[in-house]
Amino acid sequence: MPELRELTYAEALRECMRQLMEEDERVFLIGEDIGVYGGAFGVTAGLIDLFGAERVIDTPISEAGIAGACIGAALTGMRPIGEIQFMDFVTLSMEQLVLQAAKVRFMFGGKASVPMVLRMPGGSGTGAAAQHSESLENWFVHVPGLKVVMPSTPYDAKGLLRASVLDNNPVIFVEHKLLYKTKGHVPEDRYIVPLSQTKVVREGKHLTVVATSIMVVRALQAAEELAKEGIELEVIDPRTLKPLDDAPIIESVKKTGRALVVHEAVEMGGFGGEIVARIAASEAFDYLEAPIRRLAGLDIPIPYNRELEYHAVPQVESIVREARKLVRGEY
Amino acid sequence: MIQLSQDVIQRYHDLIETLGPEALKMMLQEMHTIRAFEERAEQLYMQGKVHGTMHLSIGQEATAVGAANAMQEGDYLLNHHRGHGHCMAWGADPNRMMAEFMGKETGYCRGRGGSMHIADVESNNLGANGIVAGGIPIAVGVGLSIKMRRTSQVCLVIFGDGAANEGAFHEALNMASIWTLPIVFLCENNQYAMSMPVEKAFNIEKISQRAAAYGLPGVTVDGNDVLAVYSAVSQAAARARRGEGATLVEAKTYRYKGHSKSDKQAYRSREEVRYWQENFDPIMRFTNLLLMVGVITETEAAQMRERAVAIIDEAVAFSEASPAPNVADIMDGVYA
Ligand SMILES: Cc1ncc(C[n+]2csc(CCOP(=O)(O)OP(=O)(O)O)c2C)c(N)n1
Ligand SMILES: [Mg+2]
Repeated sequence: MPELRELTYAEALRECMRQLMEEDERVFLIGEDIGVYGGAFGVTAGLIDLFGAERVIDTPISEAGIAGACIGAALTGMRPIGEIQFMDFVTLSMEQLVLQAAKVRFMFGGKASVPMVLRMPGGSGTGAAAQHSESLENWFVHVPGLKVVMPSTPYDAKGLLRASVLDNNPVIFVEHKLLYKTKGHVPEDRYIVPLSQTKVVREGKHLTVVATSIMVVRALQAAEELAKEGIELEVIDPRTLKPLDDAPIIESVKKTGRALVVHEAVEMGGFGGEIVARIAASEAFDYLEAPIRRLAGLDIPIPYNRELEYHAVPQVESIVREARKLVRGEY
Repeated sequence: MIQLSQDVIQRYHDLIETLGPEALKMMLQEMHTIRAFEERAEQLYMQGKVHGTMHLSIGQEATAVGAANAMQEGDYLLNHHRGHGHCMAWGADPNRMMAEFMGKETGYCRGRGGSMHIADVESNNLGANGIVAGGIPIAVGVGLSIKMRRTSQVCLVIFGDGAANEGAFHEALNMASIWTLPIVFLCENNQYAMSMPVEKAFNIEKISQRAAAYGLPGVTVDGNDVLAVYSAVSQAAARARRGEGATLVEAKTYRYKGHSKSDKQAYRSREEVRYWQENFDPIMRFTNLLLMVGVITETEAAQMRERAVAIIDEAVAFSEASPAPNVADIMDGVYA
């Protein structure tokens, strides 16, 4: 059997951008230190050598400006891919994204569109402390007109980014710092992973675990652990948070009768609440054998100290613990 | 060793007289201590004893020391991610700074903040900031509060060249101007914002020119000349204290190290860095000046470096012996 080609998550994203830029002159990159520096996490490394400074645009430190530049260019025929260096700094782009990008199409009676993608790495685990570790995806989920995508594997990163760039709407594309170096099979073709297709990434019969981003990786590890005890987790990755394809989740809960939602973002007001509500309001309700639980970030800013940082968000052990309790009825 | 011309000495004659030998020596000592702190910080990082990232200001010590010494007891400080020097020059205890850096409970922020967020509220040091330009609008509020409380305090806010391209900078300068607030805006222009050189990020010659757009005075000084920074910031602070409002001071300096630990520095040459180190090093320049005017001897100059290293040795020992935060206290401190 031929070896499957492996790429890291960062390489997969880079390959996707390179391919899009090769085939479509309207695609360009814009962000802080994405040129010779190659991006704070190296995602755009080398692209400036291939496409020049006209299509790999380094900006001053002006996040509102970056978002606005994407919107204006998208409105007038270009297909920008913006990069916000850390998701935290997107707070400075919020007006442009929430009040402009998300709304112009609707406000203009459907006569304009904003085909832009804004990439940004969220998450903790690098010791970067409270202002460089945010997981703010649910802020965007709350805004009609935006799409929110959050890949957990190199394969999905490439295919979802392609789908996002080809989509005619503003897409918030949330990456994770700790995923950049993870490896996985990534074909060289220009494939698409369609938006809004939730994926069952591991089948199991005892408990449905809906996880996002790095938590998918941790949930799969937890599933391995628990399999040794005879507990079979079904792990589901929504991949696109908005618009959400909830059917596979509901189907799964009907099968397992139990659900746990895991994400890194703070629990209160997080995406998990939406998933829980969708399950509770669906036909899966009648199948529930246990309360639906969430496991998410503590309601605190991310601490600097390594151990505190570790305990601030779900880890494999905590997922194992929580899942075991739900399956054994020890809640 | 650089030779100082007679007119440089002449230029600083009055300042040297006014400050006196003790203050001058203390300033040089502070510069050494900051450098020793940061060199050690880098070492500890390499040894894996600290995690996260850090931003070193090696080469920029004159700006920190010149500015902090120009301020008075009771004044406020807001600074930014490259802030170890500002914090230390403001009078922070190296032990508690190092402990913070090492994530210990005895650190200034109980190990919760880290390198980028050191604050010492007791000394009106309102903290470093992880967000570029994050402190600049806060300075407006501090200035407003000083005015409303009718005290004679002044707020010093330090930020980089990169920060001057955030909208927050522009809003803040305008508000400070229309309300005549007691603020010194100090832009530490080290010529790069991460990989972005100032020549590409600005279409003006001096960042201080931007002050004019808001009706504020703006000056540019040699940020590697501690007395030039001291003098400019003193004048700006005096003006603020007289109730005449804010000033934008631009201090031109240069960072020797990469932006942070992940920087390969592909955007500049080694020669450029060496050129600055060899010709404009702020510690070397100030040492030479003090030697020339007879404030210190060669032996004293060498002792200062040794003393700095000893202070930092002690800080590391203190931090290593300090307890880490207790995981049981993880929820502490979010709300007042
Ligand atoms: C709002 C925001 N955007 C981007 C960053 C990432 N970042 C941190 S420091 C920095 C460069 C800052 O340059 P400058 O203001 O000149 O200060 P210097 O690092 O040169 O001291 C960047 C881009 C950030 N921390 N905050
Ligand atoms: Mg700079």
